[in-house]
Amino acid sequence: MARKQSTRRTVAITILAWFIGLLMFFPILWTAVAAFKSESDAYTLPQNMLSTPWTLENFGIVQERSDYFRYVFNTVIIAVLSTLLGLLFAVPAAWSMAFAPRTTPSSTISGWGWLAIVFSCGLIAAGVLYANGWHPQNAVVGFLLLLLCIVPPTAWVWTRATTDTLLWMLSTKMMPPAGALIAIYLMFNRNGLIFKDWGWINLSEYNLIDSFWGMVPLAMLLNLPIIIWMLYTYFKEIPVEILEAARMDGASLWNEIVRVLTPMALPGIASTCLLNLILAWNEAFWSLNLTNKYAAPLSFFISEYSSPEGQFWAKLSAASLMAIVPILIVGWFSQKQLVRGLTFGAVK
Amino acid sequence: MATTQSQAIGKWALAPSLLVLSGWAFIPLVLTIYFAFLRYNLQDPDNTSWFGLSNFYYFITDPYFTKDLLHTLLLVFSTIVTTVVGGTLLALLLDQPFLGRGVVRLLMISPFFIMPTVSSLVWKNLLMHPVFGLFAGIQTYFGALRPIDWFGTFPLISVIIIVSWQWLPYAALILLTALQSLDEEQKDAAAMDGTPPLSYFRYIVLPHLARPITVVILIETIFLLNIFAEIKLPGVGGVAGNLTYLVFSQLNDANDVGAAAAGGLIAVVLANLVSIFLVRIVGKNLEA
Repeated sequence: MARKQSTRRTVAITILAWFIGLLMFFPILWTAVAAFKSESDAYTLPQNMLSTPWTLENFGIVQERSDYFRYVFNTVIIAVLSTLLGLLFAVPAAWSMAFAPRTTPSSTISGWGWLAIVFSCGLIAAGVLYANGWHPQNAVVGFLLLLLCIVPPTAWVWTRATTDTLLWMLSTKMMPPAGALIAIYLMFNRNGLIFKDWGWINLSEYNLIDSFWGMVPLAMLLNLPIIIWMLYTYFKEIPVEILEAARMDGASLWNEIVRVLTPMALPGIASTCLLNLILAWNEAFWSLNLTNKYAAPLSFFISEYSSPEGQFWAKLSAASLMAIVPILIVGWFSQKQLVRGLTFGAVK
Repeated sequence: MATTQSQAIGKWALAPSLLVLSGWAFIPLVLTIYFAFLRYNLQDPDNTSWFGLSNFYYFITDPYFTKDLLHTLLLVFSTIVTTVVGGTLLALLLDQPFLGRGVVRLLMISPFFIMPTVSSLVWKNLLMHPVFGLFAGIQTYFGALRPIDWFGTFPLISVIIIVSWQWLPYAALILLTALQSLDEEQKDAAAMDGTPPLSYFRYIVLPHLARPITVVILIETIFLLNIFAEIKLPGVGGVAGNLTYLVFSQLNDANDVGAAAAGGLIAVVLANLVSIFLVRIVGKNLEA
């Protein structure tokens, strides 16, 4: 009796779960079907889903018209280079916080003291600016005032105990892009804050809009807090005793890191890379705002289909499919490890 | 423990990351504060001057501001309710043993890996188009004469549907992971006592999920405050725009750096209100 009921229950759950799973996946499936139909069939897809002929022509047209492979190349460059660059910064940082943590703040100034310092420096800078009609007299003064504003908070961050440093890094990920957009746009743009004729040097020929020199570091900075966090949680799981044993046997710090730590941390580093790859691949805000041609990634490539001429659904579907399939597969492989990075280690 | 040598090297190993992250966090913020008090339009870039609080005044009294702030809150709130409730149900379902669990799990989390530009355009055209879309096709099949024009009539709801579709897998995946760490002995004890499913959920599962749910809510809030592509690409920025979109349009359409900076600062304050709580929770976990 009980057993029969539980079989029936399993069947019911199996049907329900498959139904919901397919429902969630359905928009992707629908896109995939439309991608292999002719334009006119794509518009009447509900009736023609299985009855009309399949075709591969959309993929050819997409490549021919908008050079799909160049966007893939751009996306791969931005995603891969930003990941590697991020590792270069994050591995030493995560190692340092996991194995040589600072348990107490290295400054004796209290929290309120720091707040007072940061505020008074800001007020001094604002006062100097205001006295000059809210314009720095020249670039040097402007630069010094900027330094005056950013050095105290930077000094505060640098003197924190390790747990606070980690939390601060996490908080930089929470800064809304809308808050940074204006500054970044003006720093990247021609005739903005940096790329202009300074008199002694003319930078007005250059800019970072639509350039890998801008997009790669930006993508790296966007995800650096997540990489550091994820690596930190992986490094934390490695027993210190193993490292100490290596040290006792006379291994140098270099050997300790390269020969002992890295092999043990490799799975963690790999899943960190995958998460970073996914995030960088799908990034849209900065790609849409700062690129338009040469360094434009797939996000931008798809956005071109938002105001097309004539019939375009089959081509949109083909382009979409080509943009999502590579990263979807990466996502499927790394789903179990993603939880750690996506919750900053708060859910295990 | 850590030796003096590794302490000294550790400080320098941390320095590059701290340097770039402080630059990334503080330079744009300081510049944005500066611009927020400056009259600065990109169409007349040489004519800039002190503008006091006028940028804030104009940004806040802009008729779009109240609407877009409301849209922002509605978008964040509705999506969170949908994804947390739906995610909990999905997680409970996926926690049961059934045939093909691994495959269903993959199918279900897939939307999270779709880039925002693709999901907005596919949903807007292939699914929600008032004439040729699948939803319209289904409605027509059941005899509706004028199917719903999703983006035309309910722009904000359409955006919420798309965003919820993207974030439901996230909530489900996190909550499923949390469910799987539920103590087996507790499960067995509840089963032996013949605990009815509802009280089992209410008194054992829900308390266990309380913290993961909080984490999901906070992290989703931070990302959902910044929704952009799902509003820009369907072209509903004017009728269903959020704060992020308003800042973008101040810069892009009005070329007004000052007003955009003021709006950006408002967005920063809003995000900070949420992140304080998130940082606290994560911090507690760090000490445990």
